[in-house]
Amino acid sequence: MAGAFGRRDVLKLALAAYATLALAVPVSRAADNFIIVQSTTSTQNSGLFEHILPLFTKKTGIEVRVVAVGTGQALKNAQKGDGDVVLVHSQPDEEKFVADGWGVKRYPVMYNDFIIVGPATDPAKIAGMKQAPEALKKIAEAQTPFASRADDSGTHKAELKLWHEAGVDPKTSSGSWYLETGSGMGATLNIAVGKQAYALTDRGTWLAFANKGDFKVMVEGDNKLFNQYGVILVNPAKHPNVKAEQGQAFIDWLTGPEGQAAIANYKIDGQQLFFPNARPQS
Amino acid sequence: MLGLSEAFRAALWQIATLDPQLIEIIGLSLKVTLTAVAIATLIGFALGGVLAVYRFPGRSAVAALLNALMGLPPVVAGLIVYLLLSNAGPLGVLKLLYTPEAMIIAQVILVTPIVAALTRQTCEDLLEEYRDQLRSLGASSAEVVTTLLWDGRYRLITAVLAGFGRAIAEVGAVMIVGGNIDHVTRTMTTAIALETSKGNIALALALGMILLAIALVVNVALMGIRRLASQFAYA
Amino acid sequence: MLEQTRFLSPLDAAAPLLGSLLPLELGGLSLETGGRRLIDRIDLKVQELGITVILGPNGAGKSLLLRLVHGLVAPTAGVILWGGRPMNDQIRRRQAMVFQKPVLLRRTAAANITYALGLRGIARSERNSLALQALELAGLERYAATPARVLSGGEQQRLCLARALSLDPEVLFLDEPTASLDPASTLAIERLLIGAKQRGIKVIVVTHDVGQAQRLAQDVIFLHHGRLVEHQPAPRFFDQPESDTARAFMAGGLVL
Repeated sequence: MAGAFGRRDVLKLALAAYATLALAVPVSRAADNFIIVQSTTSTQNSGLFEHILPLFTKKTGIEVRVVAVGTGQALKNAQKGDGDVVLVHSQPDEEKFVADGWGVKRYPVMYNDFIIVGPATDPAKIAGMKQAPEALKKIAEAQTPFASRADDSGTHKAELKLWHEAGVDPKTSSGSWYLETGSGMGATLNIAVGKQAYALTDRGTWLAFANKGDFKVMVEGDNKLFNQYGVILVNPAKHPNVKAEQGQAFIDWLTGPEGQAAIANYKIDGQQLFFPNARPQS
Repeated sequence: MLGLSEAFRAALWQIATLDPQLIEIIGLSLKVTLTAVAIATLIGFALGGVLAVYRFPGRSAVAALLNALMGLPPVVAGLIVYLLLSNAGPLGVLKLLYTPEAMIIAQVILVTPIVAALTRQTCEDLLEEYRDQLRSLGASSAEVVTTLLWDGRYRLITAVLAGFGRAIAEVGAVMIVGGNIDHVTRTMTTAIALETSKGNIALALALGMILLAIALVVNVALMGIRRLASQFAYA
Repeated sequence: MLEQTRFLSPLDAAAPLLGSLLPLELGGLSLETGGRRLIDRIDLKVQELGITVILGPNGAGKSLLLRLVHGLVAPTAGVILWGGRPMNDQIRRRQAMVFQKPVLLRRTAAANITYALGLRGIARSERNSLALQALELAGLERYAATPARVLSGGEQQRLCLARALSLDPEVLFLDEPTASLDPASTLAIERLLIGAKQRGIKVIVVTHDVGQAQRLAQDVIFLHHGRLVEHQPAPRFFDQPESDTARAFMAGGLVL
């Protein structure tokens, strides 16, 4: 009567299992021909990258790996040299990034706009308003729930700017009607819908978002809701590991006619999400 | 929420038809976790065995530290590895950040304390029974360690399972050091996080069910082996 | 059933060079913990071959004495000399011990024996045949591939004894080896011990079973409260014990 597994059997089984897995999952590692782009969750959630990046890779053979975090974190990561290119939407921070020597040059790429979304019942009665700061003021006065990303992102900074213009400091009400989620755009929208709270979001994420519930667009079209994206090459002088040539190739493509056309072509339900506005290359 | 169950069904259909992207994600999850568990097991068995058998100053401090590390939050482990592997960090030259290898490293850090602590406990229990006889037979401390580890091999399956469960389910560590990059470092848990943030709740749930099913299969298989072994009084 | 042949072992050739382990001499041997003397200043000399039985009521320190002279426990005072040399690891490797409860690894019966042989440095090619010889000696050869721990209590203890004998020890210790066994297993064990004695192995057995002591003993060491009360040749001890405690014990009463 033989016993159960012997030492040799266990080893053989383990090796076979590992070998099967290792062979079955070829991870795309085309040697070194890739760049890392630090970008934002809102851009990723919109689905833009799935649309335009394959076109770039097809043309140049360079793989683009996107790490999507908040704008603040993206810039900090790039500052540590953990990326070759940054693509975010917070102009003052981008300009400071370059001024401090961490980036080579800032190129405008595209814009979209922010919108304020809210429950169909619209308790603060802001639907259709044309001035965003005024709408926020009404929300503060009515003390209806508002979900903020509160994560140092481009969207968050834009939101704070609007509160400032409305003359309201919502942080004093943090925890009551002002909900600071500290999360990405999608997570914040989930919370907003769940709590029937208003929220500021970029149109791209909103159009692609699948959990809208009964929410509608409340406020749009204000100039102040304009959201500009910029792309910057991380400074190879500060971080020699940066793939400057490939990174610049990506920036050139993105701001050139092909990349700009690809951006304009990206639509959800027939709606264009991002509007290319790179300056013509001289 | 009628749309939910329809979306759920559509997602399950995607799974049933073995969508290639899904296979890729499942494959990467298994590869990262199984590799990490294999490495952590080698380290953990040795560490746990040595701790159980050898007497040295500071022994109980090390044991307490191991037990505490079992509760290390995955996101903290991820942060530590990230700071080490970052280009601004000491090991930046290895260029491991945002790769599956970095994810394996982070998971090894999470799993090793569990395997080591449970191994130590198992070996200590066995030592109660074997200590005098092994000493009488003339086994050295090193020989005692290997003897206990082999003798307790079926009990140690539980330790490995605990480590596997911790690794396959965590998202904090692999998200930070992997970056959830499409086709490169996107695992089941990071995909679930992403789909959730895109509002694709049904798909996220469906992915979660697959994750659970995989974990269940692994558990049932290994516990089955253990049940078989107990027939021969090997367990 | 029981062969009288001696094993072939490397130790056979080496034995004359190493010098005999006898006599066993204990001088002022004590073991004290928490203020209590568990073994109390024992002076003892065992110099003849044959089976020495350590007898005494429960708690007398019999098991403890065995572990002291086998080197599993260190004394707090006194000396242990084997053939004039103090107790050490080399000497322990020339001994073997069987415990009250059989201690077997989670592997087959034969593997338990080859494991022990491996610890002794016996070459892999020789282990299987030596293990089989030991199993045959104990009448367990048909269990060679059986997981050791599914065997009955009596079979497990015989296996432990077979394992000990396979190591070709010069001294064999047994701590109440048949305490929980049925009469048939007890008989089998005792026959093995007699066989070992006849092959020149010094056997030291702890028991509280007077009948067993009478069947096996050549000389008797009687302990009480950690102290050596008597050390006599067996006929004299069983016929006319010198001490009151021994007399009371033999009469079957409770000895406090």
